[in-house]
Amino acid sequence: MNAPVINTSPAVSDEIRKTTCYMCACRCGINVHLTSGKVSYIEGNRDHPVNKGVLCAKGASGIMQVTAPSRLRNPLKRVGPRGSGAFEEISWDEALDLAVSWMKPLRETAPEKLAFFTGRDQSQSFTGWWAQAFGTPNYAAHGGFCSVNMAAGGIYTIGGAFWEFGQPDWERTKLFVLFGVAEDHDSNPIKIGLGKLKERGARVIGVNPIRTGYNAIADDWYGITPGTDGLLILSLIHCLLQAGKVDLDYLARWTNAPLLVNGAEGPEKGLILKNAESQPFVIDRRTGQPAPWDGKGVEPDLGATWQGHRTVFQHMAERYLSDTYAPETVAARCGIPAPRIRALAAELADVAFNQAIEITQSWTDFRGDHHETMPGRPVSFHAMRGISAHSNGFQTARALHLLQIVLGTVETPGGYRLKPPYPKPVEAHPTPHFVTAPGKPLSGPHLGYVRGPEQLALKEDGTPARIDKAFTWENPFSAHGLMHMLIPNAHAGDPYRIDTLFLYMANMAWNSSMNTAKVMEMLTDKDASGAYVIPRIIYSDAYASEMVAYADLILPDTTYLERHDCISLLDRPISEPDAAGDSIRWPVTEPDRNVRGFQSVLLDLGARLGLAPMVKEDGSPRYKDYADYIQNHIRRPGVGPLIGFRGADGSKEGRGEANPDQIAAYIANGGFYQAHVPAEGLFYKPWNIAYQDWAVKTSFFESPQPYLFSIWSEPMRKFQLAAEGHGAIQPPDHLRARLRQAMDPLPTWYPPFGDEEAAGWGYPVHALTQRPMDMYHSWGSQNAWLRQIRGKNFLYVPTRIWQANGFKDGDYARVSSPNGGITVPVAHMAALNENTVWTWNAIGKRKGAWALDDRAPEANEGFLLNHLISELLPEKGDGLRYSNSDPVTGQAAWFDLRVRIENVGPKPHAEPDFPPIPRVVPKGKARANKARTEKDRA
Amino acid sequence: MTQLPSHTDKKLGLAIDLDTCVGCQACVTACKGWNDQSHGLSDQDPYGAEPSGAFLNRVHSYQVEPEAGAAQIINFPRSCLHCEDAPCVPVCPTGASYKRVEDGIVLVNEDACIGCGLCAWACPYGARELDQAAGVMKKCTLCVDRIYNENLPEEDREPACVRTCPTGARHFGDFADPDSAVSRLVAARGGYDLMPDLKTRPTNKYLPPRKKDRPQEASVLAPLLDIKATGLAGWLDKVLGKI
Repeated sequence: MNAPVINTSPAVSDEIRKTTCYMCACRCGINVHLTSGKVSYIEGNRDHPVNKGVLCAKGASGIMQVTAPSRLRNPLKRVGPRGSGAFEEISWDEALDLAVSWMKPLRETAPEKLAFFTGRDQSQSFTGWWAQAFGTPNYAAHGGFCSVNMAAGGIYTIGGAFWEFGQPDWERTKLFVLFGVAEDHDSNPIKIGLGKLKERGARVIGVNPIRTGYNAIADDWYGITPGTDGLLILSLIHCLLQAGKVDLDYLARWTNAPLLVNGAEGPEKGLILKNAESQPFVIDRRTGQPAPWDGKGVEPDLGATWQGHRTVFQHMAERYLSDTYAPETVAARCGIPAPRIRALAAELADVAFNQAIEITQSWTDFRGDHHETMPGRPVSFHAMRGISAHSNGFQTARALHLLQIVLGTVETPGGYRLKPPYPKPVEAHPTPHFVTAPGKPLSGPHLGYVRGPEQLALKEDGTPARIDKAFTWENPFSAHGLMHMLIPNAHAGDPYRIDTLFLYMANMAWNSSMNTAKVMEMLTDKDASGAYVIPRIIYSDAYASEMVAYADLILPDTTYLERHDCISLLDRPISEPDAAGDSIRWPVTEPDRNVRGFQSVLLDLGARLGLAPMVKEDGSPRYKDYADYIQNHIRRPGVGPLIGFRGADGSKEGRGEANPDQIAAYIANGGFYQAHVPAEGLFYKPWNIAYQDWAVKTSFFESPQPYLFSIWSEPMRKFQLAAEGHGAIQPPDHLRARLRQAMDPLPTWYPPFGDEEAAGWGYPVHALTQRPMDMYHSWGSQNAWLRQIRGKNFLYVPTRIWQANGFKDGDYARVSSPNGGITVPVAHMAALNENTVWTWNAIGKRKGAWALDDRAPEANEGFLLNHLISELLPEKGDGLRYSNSDPVTGQAAWFDLRVRIENVGPKPHAEPDFPPIPRVVPKGKARANKARTEKDRA
Repeated sequence: MTQLPSHTDKKLGLAIDLDTCVGCQACVTACKGWNDQSHGLSDQDPYGAEPSGAFLNRVHSYQVEPEAGAAQIINFPRSCLHCEDAPCVPVCPTGASYKRVEDGIVLVNEDACIGCGLCAWACPYGARELDQAAGVMKKCTLCVDRIYNENLPEEDREPACVRTCPTGARHFGDFADPDSAVSRLVAARGGYDLMPDLKTRPTNKYLPPRKKDRPQEASVLAPLLDIKATGLAGWLDKVLGKI
């Protein structure tokens, strides 16, 4: 034997600092190891509620992000033509003075001429507050091109949605159905959950055109045709209703199924019938007479008809029992045989009704009725962008929530559980604020939940108040704005011209825009006088993304390991169903260059602009930096960005005065805080008085907010009524038919916009993108490790299309859509819907960006589908611009894309092949060396 | 020429669950990160046209097209299997490649390695990689610098890939002990050797994917009644009569 002596107990690191990951948006807890002052290793934090010690491929590669050669070094000012890459380095004072010199006159004359949009951002309660103080109505984050349909569809139906707002009861569910998920969202929690299900032998079903990742381990797979998920779901509801397999008790107690729908012709037809006190009511089975909806002991009659008005339940049953939704009717469109649809419905019913569970825990509901146990139906669902990035996505999200409701699974053991501060009814959300005045702040938050036409963001002349046309008749419930329409609308001057575009972390000149080549033109386009059509662009990012070259002023950001952040209950927290949670980032290492955390820069800018909440009475800055804001900002009395360690001595939870040592307390606690829901309040939260009281105490509400789930959506019906000609606020005539269809108060399905036309024009194939679990948008390609895992993307082609085109390995395809064409490498994939092609999103890069070599595979074989997708629907000949978005929320309809495929044989690189973008940082060479030395091996 | 031990006290290794692995690559970069900081895993041309580097663990995805039923994807993590009859050990001309008597872990003594590549040629699993910068062979050490490391909390004394795996698809333990969790898991799930006909007797085991996709003849829901005949009113009576 010649085994050497090895040291099996080497020193690991000098110190571990616990903070929050930002290699994607999941916000896992990480242990950052430091050796000789440098980051040497990153692993998951075992105590953290999000990831419980595990970490994904991206998270463990964070060390390569800090040392990435793509990092920006200094503030930059453009000195050549836009897009030429000619910048000069300037000081922070010069940069901020320049920004102030542009913004201050706008604020004093026309605040709406500043448009401030943030991309992959987790500080919206802060950035929104800043924009509100500035007074511009033109603020939003990226939700409009991401997954607002899931968020809004959930909130308008069950008062909560997926991901941050809810999750399956992983511990108890017996059947889990996963629809069209984006695998980088909530990625570790879903993976942990799937692992638990597999360990228990619980059944997993995937509904997705593509069988990769989570769908690869699903016990059964429904390879659905894109855009038809809603139709499949409503067909499942059809089967369940037909068999009487719906939870009648649940529907009667916790939903608006027993409320009466006004059946009288006129301006109130279809609204929920109210009594003299303006309260909805039910018919009590015991008396046959009207009774309060929230009355103790009342037994609502689901089948009631009263003075000609029928219950929501009757309307629902009538709608979905129709042959329109029979499996045999929908099978061909969905690409799933009718017996398979019936079998799936039978599985759902079997688990929900034959395998019901119960927790022995007494509780009291908001009516005062006492319950000895918490019964549960252990079927759960999850969905994300896959089903929602369609022009029928909002209604599809509503349909999925309706399926959960009829099975009685939402907020019951084994089902779907909401996470604090949700559940929260629409009525507890703000409405949009948008009225501007020179030199004045906006009167309230920009984004909100519209209840009726009177809350639309329209000016007195009926034109849109916002540059993205959010909250207009084109998309009334656009709760996250429409970031994908920002640049096209600003360029078109529709609805008006703006002056300064202020963007944070949004790669709008590349993978975050539809119609990428056109957007690059819009950013550099000049008017007749030679001035840029979009006069000024300020951009903040940490890295040399494709967007950097198109800005006039660059404010270089830090990485996530060098900054303060706050993952707040006011925003997008890290709650679990059993506990409210929030967390921080803090500088576990200092930047080695002249960069600053964007949020601190924003506070500085606000103080220089003299924005009231950012300056003291004497005009000096109120907050030293973002950390100071996190600890000392008071949003409403006793409530600040963080719920933990409040009060002067840090002993208060939820409510309490500011604590000057709050961040230190978070650091000592591993970077996060949890406030636990009492056992009596863990389920049935929307109706559970123990939960409601706890939610008030913990600061989510000022008073209990019990509510009924909205099977029938009254806000939607109000828009339909307007479209039918009722009410003082009327839509333009060209949108009436579309509003009548889209704003159906019961979940419905219609073909994605342009779908049938595109098929008729010779674009028969659906085309999708997915994001891999090991890359996050465009960020991964600058990472030395991650790009070795996925440095190329192919167009994955199903067997039928592969054979029909005679494709061979190494071939390229010409892929065309009504918007243009690309030429890209192909690969065969059998585990794919037979009429769908797809690729990984954002692997393709523009030459010169991200410090990559011009010969990098990402910039040669790599490609984007974005070139095929227009931000506008094809022209209708009426001179109007219709956005390629969901007509309810404005969500970008990325996945409505239809294409044609031709084999063009082997090619040297993908097309379009843009010229290199001028470099703002040098090309990367070797990566940073390992932190430890050889001596440690001895 | 190196001899394999005739017996090892323990047989430490991994049980990898192919029914649960989603192919997320978490184990790949956790391994890279841990081993890079402990003994270096170089990368060549990391921002260039052909980036490459030494990884001790990689995940591949394979497509399976069964005769009946839909095509499937199997995600397959691949690293050293710490074979009992490891062909990489006797082939080593300098004795750098060896298998530990105490726990069966196969290691490379980098000080003795000349980077000739014979071991990589002998390994049927492609589990060894030459570190181009160091000029020596690198391979999975089963995190021998973690599993006994007294500087780590006890719960962290497991390979980095196991600690990080989000789905819990990777299990570490002693296969010499029939009562160990990994031995019991392998027995319960029909864990198998990779390419057993090669007689390498791998220590690591793979747990096979469970049978997927239900047959078409699954049960369906029986309608309550003939709704066409009774209309909605009849259906309501029938349904609500059950409350």
